[in-house]
Amino acid sequence: MKSILKVNNASLAFGERALWTGLNLEVMPGEFIAVIGANGSGKSMLLKAILGQQELSSGEIEFLGQKTSRGNTQIGYIPQHRAVDSGLPLKVIDAVRFGLDGHSYGLPLPNSKKKALSMAALEQVDAAHLANNPVGSLSGGEMQRVRVAQALISKPKLILADEPLSALDLNHQQVVSELIANQRDAGSAVLFVTHDVNPIIEYVDRVLYLAQGNHSVGTPDEVMRSEVLSKLYGAEIDVVRNQGRIVVLGAHDHEHHDDEEWV
Amino acid sequence: MDWSDIINFSDYDKLLPLVYNSLLAGALLALIGGLVGVFVMNRELSFAVHGIAELSFAGAAVFLLIGLDVVLGSVFGSLIAAAIIAFLGDRAKDRNSIVAVLMPFGLGIGILALSLYPGRAANKFGLLTGQIVAVDDPKLASMAVMTVIVLVAMLVIWRPLSFASLDVEVAAARGVPVKALGIIFVMVLGIAVAAAVQVVGALLVLALLVTPAAAALKLSSSQVWVPVLSVLFALISMIGGILLALGGSLPISPFVTTISFVIYLLARAIAFFKSKAQVRQ
Repeated sequence: MKSILKVNNASLAFGERALWTGLNLEVMPGEFIAVIGANGSGKSMLLKAILGQQELSSGEIEFLGQKTSRGNTQIGYIPQHRAVDSGLPLKVIDAVRFGLDGHSYGLPLPNSKKKALSMAALEQVDAAHLANNPVGSLSGGEMQRVRVAQALISKPKLILADEPLSALDLNHQQVVSELIANQRDAGSAVLFVTHDVNPIIEYVDRVLYLAQGNHSVGTPDEVMRSEVLSKLYGAEIDVVRNQGRIVVLGAHDHEHHDDEEWV
Repeated sequence: MDWSDIINFSDYDKLLPLVYNSLLAGALLALIGGLVGVFVMNRELSFAVHGIAELSFAGAAVFLLIGLDVVLGSVFGSLIAAAIIAFLGDRAKDRNSIVAVLMPFGLGIGILALSLYPGRAANKFGLLTGQIVAVDDPKLASMAVMTVIVLVAMLVIWRPLSFASLDVEVAAARGVPVKALGIIFVMVLGIAVAAAVQVVGALLVLALLVTPAAAALKLSSSQVWVPVLSVLFALISMIGGILLALGGSLPISPFVTTISFVIYLLARAIAFFKSKAQVRQ
């Protein structure tokens, strides 16, 4: 089986500060990989590098055997939820269609084939009833479903999700994680950036943990352990397991998570 | 005050041919103002429009003073303002302060140039408050050129610009050059503003570039109907304003702005009753 994504000895540094060095990762079809780390550990930058928006300091990233470049329709991107301006004149179904042709110039003229594809994508995320609602009227959970539909409509080989669960309640976190995880059935690989592995723990095949310029790759059981994370952070870290949940204690002393930032 | 000075339709049939050019210019303006306005709304550029208009006025006034083409000056001022806003004002907060700094400066330069200009006062204030019979053939021609530029640019960038307005990160991930498109749009906006200054004047540009789109957004969220309604509202305001202004000695702007404002109020009222009816269901 051929890999979908291959990260070869990749490093990214800004001046003196190395986000990650010597990163190797090979992602196979149908694989679900959680990218975990605190704010500023370079999780989002890794996605940007895969998308061809961020040059690596060294090494290379191959997608489907080719060096990554900007604007690949084979990659679906699901961002963190941000409220959509209510002044945007756009129906849900038109927003989903942008996943097919939003990047091409011209007018979004009516097209029955694309409309049918958009509708099918909405059905896949159980959001067909929202098709004619204005995007500005959706709740956070609804909008994230629409973003999943927008990402999967082009049948991408790789889905990059950047903290797609933030700002969602627990119920919607489950729904959206499951929808993203379902894409593995079609042979898509998923790279899921998060600072908390628990909402997606049942789907995760492997974890890429980034911390303090170091990283560790492996199954959750291999990586999410006190001795491994202590080594990554260079400090005493306790990993506690309780009823299937994994809690990392001590990491917070070094880097803040965005959900507990002091203002 | 004699009311017949303000409203007097006695020689209307003789006056109408005089404003033939203005009507054409008004229609062109409504077309681009209505379309561009849709993106002005969803990219939160209303205040920037006002700032660009003041610099457009300054450019026109300076060119008038030194004996160059007023329309050209207007475009010149607009594009400088648009470039400054596009390159420096990436975020809404920065943009607002840049516009607030530019605006009085532009207005000041414009007023200085106008006070130094030895010509008639009526011509002077036309740039600020609009003029009805001032659209001669060369001016109409230059407005047609501006209209074509704006229309072609909007047709080309419409879809990726909508995509970027919805979700800038997702659009960028798909290879949409979001930054370049943002800059191109503000430059296009600058040209539209310069065209609008010729007819409605710098102070009232918002009535054409923002109010119709804002009214349309109250009534619809369809990517087809919002631009259509926006252009229609701009057209009604523009043509209605010119035809009414013809019946008296007042400038065109108060009529255009009033019609445009009334349309907005009606749109709000309709939206209000519609949402009330929905709650009851």
